[in-house]
Amino acid sequence: MNAGEARTLIVDVLASIAPEADFDRLPGGAVLRDELDLDSMDFLNFITFLHQKSGIDIPEADYPKLSTLDGAVSYLTR
Amino acid sequence: MTDFRMPSLGADMEAGTLVEWLVRPGDRVKRGNVVAVVETQKGAIDIEIFNDGVVSELVVPVGGRVPVGTVLARLAGPVTEPAMAPPQAAPVTPPPIPAAPAAVAGRPHITPVARRLAGEHGIDLQRLTGTGPDNAITLADVQAAVSSVASGATPRRRAGFDPAAMRQAIAAAMTRSKREIPHYYLSQTIDVSNALARIERLNRERPPPERILPAALFLRAIALAVAKTPELNGFWEEGRFRPGDGVHIGWATALRGGGLLAPAIRDANHRSLEELMASMRDLVLRARGSGLRSSELSDPTITVTSLGDRGAETVFPIIYPPQVAMVGIGRIVTRPWVVNGAIEPRPVVTLTLAADHRASDGHRGGLLLVEIDRLLQEADTL
Repeated sequence: MNAGEARTLIVDVLASIAPEADFDRLPGGAVLRDELDLDSMDFLNFITFLHQKSGIDIPEADYPKLSTLDGAVSYLTR
Repeated sequence: MTDFRMPSLGADMEAGTLVEWLVRPGDRVKRGNVVAVVETQKGAIDIEIFNDGVVSELVVPVGGRVPVGTVLARLAGPVTEPAMAPPQAAPVTPPPIPAAPAAVAGRPHITPVARRLAGEHGIDLQRLTGTGPDNAITLADVQAAVSSVASGATPRRRAGFDPAAMRQAIAAAMTRSKREIPHYYLSQTIDVSNALARIERLNRERPPPERILPAALFLRAIALAVAKTPELNGFWEEGRFRPGDGVHIGWATALRGGGLLAPAIRDANHRSLEELMASMRDLVLRARGSGLRSSELSDPTITVTSLGDRGAETVFPIIYPPQVAMVGIGRIVTRPWVVNGAIEPRPVVTLTLAADHRASDGHRGGLLLVEIDRLLQEADTL
């Protein structure tokens, strides 16, 4: 998966959880949970959908690496 | 002949709008079948029927807005044996189980998201051919229908939820609560290091779809403790306490854009940790979509609210009438804690109880919180 594909996947998943958000204006370094008002269930669903669509296992210990859009892109493309 | 009436889906509901009939006269229905969709202040809700029988008349047409208690349809029944059957052959059958809300035989199965889209675009479900399992109507089927009528003059029908109406519903219920219910409040700060250690161990070996949130473990402890304090589980009605017929926990779920719903996790004290987590996931998705059933809104015998890990440390709940208690879960925070005479940093959570003093006293309420604490110290057994 290249960075563009990863970003599209992440935004698609986030849009299904926070449909009202404007992702064109979302800074890559913004903390997603704060910026999009995600609770722990939302964040678990975010991780679950990313896992299901990318096949990448994402252990709990790695959650902090996916706290921003940029962080999640580099995690999925590493 | 029995009447099927507009149900009350909570103390705050006065009326509802019938947006879809899923049955027609002549259809045979069973208790628990979803027979209609009603638009309420809480959004579009699937309405279940309480009796077996055959639909003889639909009284309220689609689009009709009627008060709670209005006859929506009439049923002939209960279902009788066919005339040809020998009279002595009637088998003893167990009572119907109202668990799975199967669609009525012969009527379209449809996913909630597809129904919502169809509602938004005024698509008549009877005209659609489902391509999903069991001929269920899928989102794709509705999307195809939407695009095929996009240029036509199809009337649009809104079936979403209106934040302003939800605000009014909350205002009505909470005003009644504060006016009528003599609340007492208790709180207990609980060391959750054992609970969090258990969650971490479980999740380490599980893929994301099977992972557990701490709230599920807290909910399990709460459900078991509530089962031991029946005075806190039920309703205050007409000047007296009516105990709940099980521990059906209303799980308070915030909606994006404002408002909240607290649909029931039925018999929560009999569900495993995994089952509770699955129920929470399912309810949150459906509360934020539009797939809740009427019984899920009217069944809760006690409500639990969790502020989550971005919320405040402590919540002082307001009881949802006619229930008599509500348990609040604050944010998990690390605090100095005395363990064996020494101070250690420990993750702690503040559990609160708001209870109706007409139905119980602080002593019983305190026992509930102490029992939850005890269970969470033995988290490996939960």
